[in-house]
Amino acid sequence: MCGIAGLFLKDRNLEPDLGGMLEAMTATLCSRGPDSAGFAIYGAGTPGFSKITLRVDVDNAEAVASFIAALGIPAQCIARDTHLVVTVPTTDVAWLRATLTEQLPGVTVVSEGQRLELYKEVGYPTDVAKRFGIGTMSGTHGISHTRMATESAVTTDGAHPFTTGADQCLVHNGSISNHSSLRRELRQDGIEIRTQNDSEVAAGYLTRAMRDGKTLGQALEASLSDLDGFYTFVVGTESGFGVLRDPIACKPAVMAETERYVAFASEYKSLTRLPGIAAARVWEPKPATVYFWER
Amino acid sequence: MRLFDLADLPVRDLNQLLHNLTPETNDTRWRIVNPEGEHNIAVGVDANINIEIDGHAGYFCGGMNKLARISISGNAGQGVGENMMSGAIHVQGDASQSAGATGRGGLLVIEGNASARCGISMKGIDIVVKGEVGHLSAFMGQSGRLVVFGDAGEALGDSLYEAHLYVRGNVASLGADCVEKELRDEHRAELHTLLEQAGEAGKVDVSSFRRYGSARALYNFHVDNAGAY
Repeated sequence: MCGIAGLFLKDRNLEPDLGGMLEAMTATLCSRGPDSAGFAIYGAGTPGFSKITLRVDVDNAEAVASFIAALGIPAQCIARDTHLVVTVPTTDVAWLRATLTEQLPGVTVVSEGQRLELYKEVGYPTDVAKRFGIGTMSGTHGISHTRMATESAVTTDGAHPFTTGADQCLVHNGSISNHSSLRRELRQDGIEIRTQNDSEVAAGYLTRAMRDGKTLGQALEASLSDLDGFYTFVVGTESGFGVLRDPIACKPAVMAETERYVAFASEYKSLTRLPGIAAARVWEPKPATVYFWER
Repeated sequence: MRLFDLADLPVRDLNQLLHNLTPETNDTRWRIVNPEGEHNIAVGVDANINIEIDGHAGYFCGGMNKLARISISGNAGQGVGENMMSGAIHVQGDASQSAGATGRGGLLVIEGNASARCGISMKGIDIVVKGEVGHLSAFMGQSGRLVVFGDAGEALGDSLYEAHLYVRGNVASLGADCVEKELRDEHRAELHTLLEQAGEAGKVDVSSFRRYGSARALYNFHVDNAGAY
């Protein structure tokens, strides 16, 4: 099972509603994935600054924010439940990450990017969305996932979306068989993989391909020959949104496009929540075909 | 005409009402509104009635249908008409994968495209798709007819038994043991009947279809293959 929803806005007037639309879509996917949920939101960004999303102990959030404020770099912290979004100059990101790893071992870096914020937790998807206040967020595109765990344990680290590079994220429905050997290979190539989860390996695979000069579209194309298993991927970058199904196409997928947005969902039910859906072009993405939109 | 609004009551209530119908029922026309992609709409109906579904249906719409004529004004999700026994299902839009899977009888007409595995393991159902079908369609088809106006995806009729396949467009590839066969008069007559049932009589030239069937080399035990066991 597992459920995926993705939304890429073409009409800027819809941007304040992105979180609300994504939350409503995700709420229809609880039965497909009741174990955990995650949301990647591409919100506002400032050139020269990066956002780091941290996962902290909820009672400890204030202390972590104070710790960062005392570091002497211009940093702005926004706390949302167990997550803390820290905006700092991009030049300070590497140093901050190293400092946090060294001095606050209980803090996990969930994502990093100019615009990406990533929230995920164990729990029923509608509860998880409420805890983070997803419905109030604005942005240009977003991806969500509801997980029914198969290949690895129900943990926050095992929840989707996965990110392994700046402003990049991936959600996955399916199961990848050659994740162990690929994980080894990616680690040797300097890609950090934290969990035993097969989907994180897929995210790492795409990150390496893009690091080595491929576009997201080319990276997805290459994955068709290198990933063994069944999968539907929805991926996000700073400016783009892509969809890929494996050649057998076991996992469900439906898409809708209007002049205002492109949407992806595991089931048509999720799309019924979108404005103007009755007049939208609705279709099932073809297997082994890369779909990609860019701003 | 009975009206059922899925925005007000759950699909279980609808299906229970449909299952309670007796052969003498006067409720022979049903209209279902606000389906909104809900799964299992009008599953297991066993009554000689007409059902109109006004919108898009989710998974397994009309599954196991007996006798009823079901019309869906929008798209149908995975497994529309799965294991249908008799009656008819008409999809005005597209159908997702495994349309008519394991169907034993009746007629499934899809005005748009059907995706992967259309008619998988079909056992007597007739399926007419006016658009394209995806890969692995009619996989292990045992009997019944699949008619496709457009193209067929990869591995059409893989491991086919005795289902009859007719395709007017291009076939990306044939599956194991599926071969093209001569279109004879008896097949033209068969196609003509099916097209008539699908509302296309006289509009489509039956000779423009190509016929595919089983080479019968895979499912019969052959002594030359004894070493493989």
